[in-house]
Amino acid sequence: MTGRTYVSARINGEQRDFLVEPRQSLLETLRDELGMTGAKEGCNNGNCGACNVIVNGSLVNACCVLGVECNGAEIVTIEGVADGETLHPLQTSFLENAALQCGICTPGFIVAAKALLDKEPDADEARIRHWLAGNLCRCTGYDKIVRAVLDAADDMRRAPAKA
Amino acid sequence: MQALEYVAPASLDEAVAALAKHGATARVLAGGTDVIIQAREGRRQVGVMVDIKGIKEATSFSFGSDGSLTVGAAAPCARLYGDAEVQKRFPALVDSASLIGGIQIQSRASLGGNLCNSSPAADSIPTLIALGGVCNIIGPSGKRDVPVEDFCTAPGQNVLQAGELLVSITFPAPAANSGAAFERFIPRNEMDIAVVNAAASVALSADGSKFESARIAVGAVAPTPLYVKAAGDALAGKPVSEATIDAAAAAASDAAKPITDMRGSAAQRKHLAGVLTKHVINTAIARAKGA
Ligand SMILES: Cc1cc2nc3c(=O)[nH]c(=O)nc-3n(C[C@H](O)[C@H](O)[C@H](O)COP(=O)(O)OP(=O)(O)OC[C@H]3O[C@@H](n4cnc5c(N)ncnc54)[C@H](O)[C@@H]3O)c2cc1C
Ligand code: FES
Ligand code: FES
Repeated sequence: MTGRTYVSARINGEQRDFLVEPRQSLLETLRDELGMTGAKEGCNNGNCGACNVIVNGSLVNACCVLGVECNGAEIVTIEGVADGETLHPLQTSFLENAALQCGICTPGFIVAAKALLDKEPDADEARIRHWLAGNLCRCTGYDKIVRAVLDAADDMRRAPAKA
Repeated sequence: MQALEYVAPASLDEAVAALAKHGATARVLAGGTDVIIQAREGRRQVGVMVDIKGIKEATSFSFGSDGSLTVGAAAPCARLYGDAEVQKRFPALVDSASLIGGIQIQSRASLGGNLCNSSPAADSIPTLIALGGVCNIIGPSGKRDVPVEDFCTAPGQNVLQAGELLVSITFPAPAANSGAAFERFIPRNEMDIAVVNAAASVALSADGSKFESARIAVGAVAPTPLYVKAAGDALAGKPVSEATIDAAAAAASDAAKPITDMRGSAAQRKHLAGVLTKHVINTAIARAKGA
């Protein structure tokens, strides 16, 4: 099967059937085949986290996964984080805290932070910094990002139903 | 990336057949955190990816009735270090598995991939050696076992023959009053390649005053991770004292034959091999005493 392979996965709750070449990464699959350009290509070698998505509940670098590996998978991308027109608390918090400048790293940080807070709503600053060590930002200096995640965690604990 | 085929065998027999059929350009795909990038960057010629994550023996881990632990070669690090029993009985594995990359890498990266990639600086290999791990290998001519310390042969090379794959790694049950630990030196807190790393496993007498036996391994100081038998021998049968531990650390430092590169000089690495060996022995002792 050097040719295109049929893959069926649930992406952001929606069943998607598509064809990919085995050499295409999940990142290329999302961006080039499915038109979902929210996940970014920073380094394409696993170091920056800009391509972060959640596959079967685990945070991964989409550039280090093949699209063909995702048959039957449940995938969450940045496009699935907001609830329709309502931003996720992390998204609101990133805006309020000015936790971005150029914004290339932002989808990755938000997906990564969501993966953490979904599992550990009480994560403290040390835990957040450790968890986000695989996400690089060349603009902000990180402090505003960490502050934004802490604030969002706070909001989500207070209004868990909306989160 | 180069044109690629992808196969996902459902059993070990199917995997061996797939590797035989596709020959030299077939590569096993575990977490892909090394091999997908190497293929993309053209550092490795890969024609066919043989994904072993659909094979139960390669992705599960389980304790034997004798207390031994068998870890599937492709089981992701995050699942391993998240397991309460592994945390309790094999904390040194948790030390290594939770240091490989960031969380996104740990979701996928496996011990088998770390071992088969055979980097001199790989962060699990010293631990696998110190714990007395044995590689369970399968291939066209059947199964064979190889101790982890004999597995790597040169940077990026190992004893696997054409068509063979690593199924799992088995660790003997920890002895009574034993403990093990791993540590690496890097200039930042996370996400870097080891300048030096080291692991120790020690078994103490019941009163904790004497070493019964010990195994020490150091990495990033030679073409392959090193099992330093002399360092373990310097502890066995001796009192638990600073002088004994210093002697073992000196043996590890002596065994180190490092190079100078952008991460550190040979002299710094030789020094660090001793310092880290001392650290991991002390942590292993504390764990053996239940601290
Ligand atoms: C950003 C980043 C950070 C990293 N940080 C670290 C780090 O801190 N420490 C560290 O040690 N490593 C690190 N690595 C390297 C890598 O993540 C590890 O070596 C990892 O353990 C590889 O496991 P894998 O399952 O992803 O292997 P894969 O990439 O799937 O495979 C690695 C190699 O082994 C072969 N192979 C895999 N499984 C088998 C098998 N069962 N039988 C035969 N051959 C097999 C493959 O064909 C390939 O050649 C990092 C990598 C990245 C991208
Ligand atoms: S683009 Fe995937 S980690 Fe950087
Ligand atoms: S905002 Fe520019 S890289 Fe983070």
